[in-house]
Amino acid sequence: MQFNSFSEFINMGGYGFYVWLSFGAAALILAFLLISSKAGHQKIITQIAKRKQREDKLRQAKALRKQQNKALNEVTE
Amino acid sequence: MWKWLHPYANPEVSYHFTNKLLPWLSVLAAVFLSIGLVWALLFAPADYQQGHSFRIFYIHVPAASLSMGIYFAMAVAAFSSLVWQLKLADASAAAMAPVGASFTAIALITGAAWGKPMWGTWWIWDARLTSELILLFLYLGVIALHNAFEDKNLAGKAAGILTLVGVINIPIIKYSVDWWNTLHQGSTVSKLGKPSMSLDMLWPFIFCFIGFSLLVGVIICLRFRNEILARNSIRPWVRELVKNNSSQ
Repeated sequence: MQFNSFSEFINMGGYGFYVWLSFGAAALILAFLLISSKAGHQKIITQIAKRKQREDKLRQAKALRKQQNKALNEVTE
Repeated sequence: MWKWLHPYANPEVSYHFTNKLLPWLSVLAAVFLSIGLVWALLFAPADYQQGHSFRIFYIHVPAASLSMGIYFAMAVAAFSSLVWQLKLADASAAAMAPVGASFTAIALITGAAWGKPMWGTWWIWDARLTSELILLFLYLGVIALHNAFEDKNLAGKAAGILTLVGVINIPIIKYSVDWWNTLHQGSTVSKLGKPSMSLDMLWPFIFCFIGFSLLVGVIICLRFRNEILARNSIRPWVRELVKNNSSQ
């Protein structure tokens, strides 16, 4: 152990500001990168699920329209 | 070897392999980083000239050498994507770019915070610092190109060409301290043969370096996974996976 007390550790022999600026900035950047990369997974899955829902809806609407047209044609005939 | 490698060109196999790899890498990264950082901050001796400011070294040097290493890996991926049209290589290059950019930023910030007390200035336009700043801009350009096109194949091609052109910057960064006069000190760790550093300073560095490398691996795996899903969103296996995942 290179330090005798906690305040000595924080002070870093007078270089505290620079040392903690470096460690803090690195921790902040890496934490942000890690969390956003991890969260991206669920985000993409929800995105794909939503797109699938939209496609299903379109397909259903199309099928319904086809049916209605068919019925209409039968009536007019 | 090709027989063994071939299944990994399949996105589905790669996705599940990455998933399996992630917990192991994460645990190893956490172990190495916590040992390395505690050792570096509390137990490594202070430098006889630089005092405790020398502890910045344990972040600055791994970040700087990883920023170059990731770029090199990205260039290999870009090359194999351009030559052999491996789609997964594009996905991995796109996964690496933001990680490399972050480590370049960390190298620059910690370098500035180390330069202020040691050189008396946050920034100076000399060879090492300027070429590292150019590396950051290259990374940002690559990220922008990956996101600039709706068609991911086209985006990968454009970003890949920029990546390959930018490779010229890597030896310039590496040898800038030997080729030009600069405030930046020469290498201490990677000197061939024996590093000019005492062992009780070197060991925590080795732990930090391995730890940061593993962390890079973890983040790249996480992003690679996302890239695979985004690029294969219409494939049946992705649809199946999405169905199971969103119904939970």
